[in-house]
Amino acid sequence: MKSTVITFPGSNCDRDMDVALNKFGFKNKMVWHDDVELPKSDLVVLPGGFSYGDYLRCGSMASKSKIMQSVVNFAKSGGLVMGICNGFQILVETGLLPGVLLRNKYLEFICKNVFVKVDNNKNPYFKNLDKDVFEFHIAHNEGNYFCTKDQLNEIEDNNQVAIHYCSADGQTVEQFNPNGSIKNIAGIFNKEKNVLGMMPHPERMIDQSLSGEDGSLFFKNLINNIK
Amino acid sequence: MLVNEKIAIEHGLKSNEYKKICDLLKRTPNITELGIFSAMWNEHCSYKSSRLHLKKLPTKGKKVIQGPGENAGIIDIEDDDAIVFKIESHNHPSFIEPYQGAATGVGGIMRDVFTMGARPIANLNSIHFGSPQHKKTKNLLRGVVHGIGGYGNCMGVPTVAGQTCFDNSYNGNILVNAMTLGLVKKDKIFYSKAAGLGKPVIYVGSKTGRDGIHGASMASASFDEKIEEKKPTVQVGDPFTEKLLLEACLELMSGDSIIAIQDMGAAGLTSSSIEMASKGNLGIEINLNKVPCRETKMTPYEIMLSESQERMLIVLENGKEKLAKTIFDKWNLDFAVIGKTTDSKNIELFFDDQKVANIPVNALVENSPMYDRKWKKSKLPKKNKIKKEVLNKIKIKEVLKKILSNPNICSKEWIYQQYDHTVMGDTIQKPGGDAGVVRVHGTNKAVAASVDSSAVYCWAHPLTGGKQVVCESWRNLISVGATPVAITNCLNFGSPENENNMGEFVECVQGIGEASAYLNFPVVSGNVSFYNQTKEVGIKPTPSIGGVGLIKNYKNMITMDFKEVGNIVLIIGKTLGHIDQSLFARTILDEDNGPPPEINLFNEKNNGETLLKLIKESLIKSAHDISLGGIITALSKMCIKGNKGIDLKKPKFLISEIEYFFSEDQGRYIVEINPKDIKNVIKILDKNAVHYDELGIIVDKHIIINEKTKVTIDELKSYNTNWLKDYMDS
Repeated sequence: MKSTVITFPGSNCDRDMDVALNKFGFKNKMVWHDDVELPKSDLVVLPGGFSYGDYLRCGSMASKSKIMQSVVNFAKSGGLVMGICNGFQILVETGLLPGVLLRNKYLEFICKNVFVKVDNNKNPYFKNLDKDVFEFHIAHNEGNYFCTKDQLNEIEDNNQVAIHYCSADGQTVEQFNPNGSIKNIAGIFNKEKNVLGMMPHPERMIDQSLSGEDGSLFFKNLINNIK
Repeated sequence: MLVNEKIAIEHGLKSNEYKKICDLLKRTPNITELGIFSAMWNEHCSYKSSRLHLKKLPTKGKKVIQGPGENAGIIDIEDDDAIVFKIESHNHPSFIEPYQGAATGVGGIMRDVFTMGARPIANLNSIHFGSPQHKKTKNLLRGVVHGIGGYGNCMGVPTVAGQTCFDNSYNGNILVNAMTLGLVKKDKIFYSKAAGLGKPVIYVGSKTGRDGIHGASMASASFDEKIEEKKPTVQVGDPFTEKLLLEACLELMSGDSIIAIQDMGAAGLTSSSIEMASKGNLGIEINLNKVPCRETKMTPYEIMLSESQERMLIVLENGKEKLAKTIFDKWNLDFAVIGKTTDSKNIELFFDDQKVANIPVNALVENSPMYDRKWKKSKLPKKNKIKKEVLNKIKIKEVLKKILSNPNICSKEWIYQQYDHTVMGDTIQKPGGDAGVVRVHGTNKAVAASVDSSAVYCWAHPLTGGKQVVCESWRNLISVGATPVAITNCLNFGSPENENNMGEFVECVQGIGEASAYLNFPVVSGNVSFYNQTKEVGIKPTPSIGGVGLIKNYKNMITMDFKEVGNIVLIIGKTLGHIDQSLFARTILDEDNGPPPEINLFNEKNNGETLLKLIKESLIKSAHDISLGGIITALSKMCIKGNKGIDLKKPKFLISEIEYFFSEDQGRYIVEINPKDIKNVIKILDKNAVHYDELGIIVDKHIIINEKTKVTIDELKSYNTNWLKDYMDS
């Protein structure tokens, strides 16, 4: 399986994603934002970081990078595109995903483990998983997902919510919402479910010595689903 | 503008220093030259009051590749790998403008590390604030934490450990000390020594603006009520540009184009160009019209003294300009050939076709002033006698609550949650432990680092305090299973012109030197920050020690959380009941006289090395050193982290229960051992003549102190975790 990670100026989780994808069997290529063509890929990942320093609006300048036209075309033709953290912000800015990511409710950067509940498992990212509550790691300043009421209705009607923040036993209540996201949303799909944006970093949970191993489960399952 | 003594004094120079400048030049300097002298000769850049004493520190060792004198120190961590590390202060700017001051402190120290070819892999910091009740403290704390996070998070370097202290003596002068570790291959280290004639001098990074002019001079003076007016001397950071600069520099460094490289930190273009020329025993010629400027009509004086951030100066091999420019263009960074190396041994500056400065490099460096300041020796204070009745009246549970929620003990989660501590995917011990630990990417090795200070001990007796901080750093590394290798120090003191403050400095340095020599724990880098003083009042003497150690197989790393019910808990090291200068004495008895706990370097070394032996034999399940707050505090943290309790044995000594639990005797650790290993452990301890006591057995949910006193782990947690968050929200 072939994957591609795009490096923007200011990306800083690109290497971590490369390590994770290779560890679980992808043949990964790093592609510079200024390139035009996307190599043949089964999965394209927009990694976390601070593309363009988060200046103007998080992800807005990166969404106008040369490579992004190819990424958008790839997504529109049904290719799998996953954006993590800043990658999620970029996807929102391209319009591939609805809504926006605002500054965290308490105006502070948050770096910690959280639990998320998988809401929709009829998609290439989450199908075939044995459980629906995962411990993931977040590290962001702008992860407060927001959209209009109409957008929210549409998202929910189309089962576009991928994961919700929740308690260890899967309760999606406000108390476990780390950043003020509307309805505890931690990640969403496009209508077709081939584009996923999420704030948590599964690539930081791929080793018992790190924060945990739920990221390993995610990646192992992902490559099996794509095969 | 004509220069005279008055203008020189306005630049922070003394009249005898101005006279020396005129003598060295055999003429009156022009204003640009005077600016350059003032930048090079201030305390911050010249170490004129400290040099004499710093020479006495042990800086050599088998593992030392580079000691003090370069951008950072370097140690060998076996195979082809080396760690580059240093700690540096950014105290003065952080008080004036906490966000930018702290941010650029972090940016500056990372630049020092990647200038040497190393990719930063971990950040640490030691921050000190005034009393929580002081009106400025909360905003300063918030600003500093946001600044540290804002810069480090954007760079994608994990902040893995740190220390936060509160004390009245920092009410008018906070401390922000930032430390960075970088990883480099031994054959890919870069230095600042220029070599060869006619080699192009390259400017890369951000454009030069008017920010930070006289920053280093400001940091070399005491504060007064007009300090707010100094805001323009604080630099403004752009971590995004620094991230690009890091990647661009490392890309250029992978080839063989660079002869010498130096970041523009304090005193900007002035100190970087002069340092490279001085180390290479060369001259340097710069055309200031070629320097990329952010603002119009900048004068030579402003260009030379600007402390704009994210800039580097490089001496390149001839013919490599095009290649280098391609790399910097790719990363959207400014690139300009601004001069060349010469054989004049002078720094010669040109602007609008005029020579605007011409100074012999050695006049600025070797001939810079060095002072043997007057200093006063301090006496060891007499021990206090605490009355039995006072101790008997004290209820342990109440004291424990007060101590665990004390600002200097309580959980700092509110702070470290704002720092990305997991990026780069190698952080295996997060903040909140004895030391931060990161793996050496792609190997089985890991590097541990911690940062410590004990200003109260240093204030009570500087010599003992100096030794103690080094020992504490050593213990923190051992507690996570790392072999201590070397330290970096950030020496924060009041005015060197005051003989009490100078005495504190001299004796702390002596203490640091004695301990690091004895423990074979050399000092490889560091910096001195004097004038942490408002009017006549200086801070408590605060040397911060950043220690670095190596874990050969990261799977053998130790954490402090209690692991299993039924395991036996021992104290390694002797408990004597030293209460003076303890947190207990100061906060519960309200007593701040008396000597700090004594340091016995033999025991310190023997206890530490024996514990490392036990760890290597996989006999230790958890470990934590005993420091501020004594046994019960250390124990509480192990219980909280492991969500387990302990049934304590009655101590068999002649000291009271209070002295047993709250004294801060040195050289001690708490360790957890599986019952099946206990015989083996005791054999090794006995064989090495290490004193130990049995503390108790791990149980489910309580600390059982005695028949009458029982505390649940949930209670301990609530004492410990709420203070800081509540304080910041209030």
